[in-house]
Amino acid sequence: MSLKHDIEFTLNGVRRQASVRVDMSALDMLRDVVGLTGTKYGCGEGECGACTILVDGKSLNSCLLFAVDCNGRNIVTIEGLAADAKADALRAAFVEYGAVQCGYCTPGMVVQASHLLATHPQADADAIKRGIEGNLCRCTGYKKIVEAIASVNAADKQGARP
Amino acid sequence: MNGAEKKARFIAPDTLIGKRIPKMDAPEKASGKTRYIHDIDLPGQLYGKILRSTRVHALIKSIDTAAARALPGVHAVITAADIVNQRPIGVAKDHFPLKTDKVRSLRDEVAAVAAESEQIALEALKLIRVEYEDLPILTDPAEALKPGATLIHPEPRQPGGQDALKPSGPVAFTGKPDNVAMRFDYCHGDVVQAEAESDVVVEDTFKLHYVTHCCMGVSGMIADFDSSGNLIMYSNTQVPFLHKREFAEYLNMDPARIRIIQPAIGGGFGSKLDIYPFEVICVFLAQAAKRPVKLVFTREEEFISSPTRQPVLLTLRSGCKKDGTLTFRVVNTLHDNGAYTSWGATTPFVMMQTFSSLYRVPHCDYHTTAVYTNNPYAGSFRGYGNLQATFAVEAHMDKLAEAIGMDALDFRLKNAQAQGEVTGQGMEFDSCGFKECLDTAAERSDFRRKFAENLKNRNSSDPIKHGVGIASMLHVGGGAKIYPSDGCGTILKLDDFGQVTLITGASEIGQGSETVLSQLVCEELGLPMSALTVVNNDTAITPWDVGVHASRTTFIAGNSALGAARLAKAKVLAAAARKFECPASDLDLRGGHVIKAASGEALIDLPRLMRNLHFSDKAELVMTTFYYEPPSSYQDKRYKGNVSAAYAWASQVVEVEVDTETGIVKMTRITAAHDVGRVLNRLGIEGQIEGGVVMGQGYALTESLIIENGVTRNPNFRDYKLVTAPEIPEIDITFIETMDGEGPQGAKGVGEAPAICVAAATANAIYNATGVRIYGLPFTPERVYRALHGKGEKLVPLTAKAA
Repeated sequence: MSLKHDIEFTLNGVRRQASVRVDMSALDMLRDVVGLTGTKYGCGEGECGACTILVDGKSLNSCLLFAVDCNGRNIVTIEGLAADAKADALRAAFVEYGAVQCGYCTPGMVVQASHLLATHPQADADAIKRGIEGNLCRCTGYKKIVEAIASVNAADKQGARP
Repeated sequence: MNGAEKKARFIAPDTLIGKRIPKMDAPEKASGKTRYIHDIDLPGQLYGKILRSTRVHALIKSIDTAAARALPGVHAVITAADIVNQRPIGVAKDHFPLKTDKVRSLRDEVAAVAAESEQIALEALKLIRVEYEDLPILTDPAEALKPGATLIHPEPRQPGGQDALKPSGPVAFTGKPDNVAMRFDYCHGDVVQAEAESDVVVEDTFKLHYVTHCCMGVSGMIADFDSSGNLIMYSNTQVPFLHKREFAEYLNMDPARIRIIQPAIGGGFGSKLDIYPFEVICVFLAQAAKRPVKLVFTREEEFISSPTRQPVLLTLRSGCKKDGTLTFRVVNTLHDNGAYTSWGATTPFVMMQTFSSLYRVPHCDYHTTAVYTNNPYAGSFRGYGNLQATFAVEAHMDKLAEAIGMDALDFRLKNAQAQGEVTGQGMEFDSCGFKECLDTAAERSDFRRKFAENLKNRNSSDPIKHGVGIASMLHVGGGAKIYPSDGCGTILKLDDFGQVTLITGASEIGQGSETVLSQLVCEELGLPMSALTVVNNDTAITPWDVGVHASRTTFIAGNSALGAARLAKAKVLAAAARKFECPASDLDLRGGHVIKAASGEALIDLPRLMRNLHFSDKAELVMTTFYYEPPSSYQDKRYKGNVSAAYAWASQVVEVEVDTETGIVKMTRITAAHDVGRVLNRLGIEGQIEGGVVMGQGYALTESLIIENGVTRNPNFRDYKLVTAPEIPEIDITFIETMDGEGPQGAKGVGEAPAICVAAATANAIYNATGVRIYGLPFTPERVYRALHGKGEKLVPLTAKAA
């Protein structure tokens, strides 16, 4: 019924191939073709951030990216952050600071936060709030999410001192 | 044993209560490993999709599914005509899952498809031809009440009780002579006399709007029949045991043959308390296709077809004496029921409590008429009518205080309920920290000083005005006696490694119930949190519970878990007493050991004792069960009674900046004081308050589901504005610990409380800033700007007769 396209890309550090419909989103490819379900569908319109992934180091809503446009790119999902020490500290902070309730927005939030800390290591609370502006959370009221991200940043700064 | 030769080890007392305990499921969730309904697939699974009405109110003249059925990959196409004995669902049993002869709202389900893929299912929907004949549209409840209005549910009942349109099936519609879905009438005292004796009387009309839950995880389920015909549902419901019973009745099945498994739930907030058409349709599809069927909403579908918070038009008349004593309240409300009846229609159960009992009101009259229209239908949503009621009550507390020249805080303190009071409605306040909440929120926010200062600055040249407002709330905090049982069961198992499995009927919907229940058990058994495993998501395993609603889980399931833990502790200590030949009362459990209660000396570690029991001749495994039923009662026919075993109280002070040139209201700070009985998990309860406050902020400032002529105009996050991170106010929380005598470790329920008074306090803050009171929500720049320029919406008061 619909055209398929063969693509090749790096997913969480592993080179792989996939055959995808031309109208398929990267989100659907990750969830339905690759079988990684940590990236969530929240709206399909780039409004909620639940499907945030990293593409060549940039954070993107995977629902707005065509799967075919993943060709040749380096994709990192929440599952791929398992090997990342900074992301590990973020996950631990989300747990410790109570930043998780229903948890549905959490993977996207963690991916976005890891990107934020990588690109804006000096981010203060206000900058963190702006940095996660595109990620909706209905449970927590964001306060503990901001505190969790800030704690990792503060620990980094301390650790960086001689 | 040679323990006597070893150096004695002493374990110091410690407690988990009040500590910051991380959520047990958080590590999995933060790693993306948690499986929600969307992440689960069964072998052989098909994908279900629903065809919804394209008309707001119309007769269905014909449905042609032939082309859809012929599409390759389609396994089943169903309409009402295909379902033998389709029954009505919902609170008033006025709702067929698949519509028979008529659609009554734009969300209505007309047909459904099960196919090999979602794409094929969507293709098939496009091939279904439906012929409609439009009927007059009713979207104003006041119009719907007028004599001669088009009837939404006019279907006549046949003499034999059958539906005239479906003689073989049970009756969905009772053939209503008017569009009234439900009425509620309550009174205590004599309001006429009380009004005559009042020095000041005020009356206003308030309009509360549509908002919706916006759970981040959209609705969905999987229905699967096993080879014996037993139904397994993977469901997001908040009420698995009620659901099981309803489905059994619905499908005419033995309830024993229905099993509900709850994967992790991406948010509830009351949205999953009723049985919905999509769930029944998913089961129909699985029956028809003889394959498992997964049916998951799109976000647009979630906005259009999920129930909303109850929109309310409300006229309140209140009075007081010059000395500040409240005299009476008369309330008339018009509830827009939408086309079908779900829990929204029953929000008066909660609303009337706020009018009759938040403050001491000697005389109170309350009337609600819930009216059918062709709008989306309203369900239950965190706070359950209390946001709407509190909005009106707290506006009048400010207005009456101003009218008699009394300080807003003093006026509230004078009329606030106190411990030991029994209200006109029969609510009994065994613990009540209301006045402490008022004092604390006011002091921590410097309310009095700021209030006076803002009044002075109202007429300054600065276009930015500052305002501060206070509002309070009363809500059930010890369950709510709505069903024959408001209880919860627990099974507790201690294994020979000292590991405990807590099997509870109470569902985890993100609120942290599994953590707080584990904490209560660990506290009782002197174990670390790591010793606990929770099973809480499978009706084939867990004992009965009435569901996650009414802020009841910590209180009810907590008492149940505590009861089972106490029984287990007694068993363990009795065994240890035999072993150490001392009275059990000399022993205690602490740090994973049996200890001497007096000295804290460790006698034996729990796993060893458990293995001793296991291998002894008088083998005894420690397994206990406990069922907790709260000491509350049904309301009588006049809505009087003590429906909850405890009540939660809160006061919140909201501070705003109002830009009078643009109408933009910025919420800068919220100071919240909550009587929660006792803090169990400080991290969890802060999270509940913060999340609730921001949900209340959305209700007050940004969120509005726009319904025009029955059409939902903004079914997406671009146009339906949830609060985002940069907009949140500073939040200051104080917990008032009143140690409720019935609560587990003294705790009361808190889940709904924080969302309830934000909008009310915000309205008062805007008034404090500008001198303009706004009677409708949300406080969008347009609404505020118009109100500031004397162009606010004029609302027609409801009279008892009109309502």
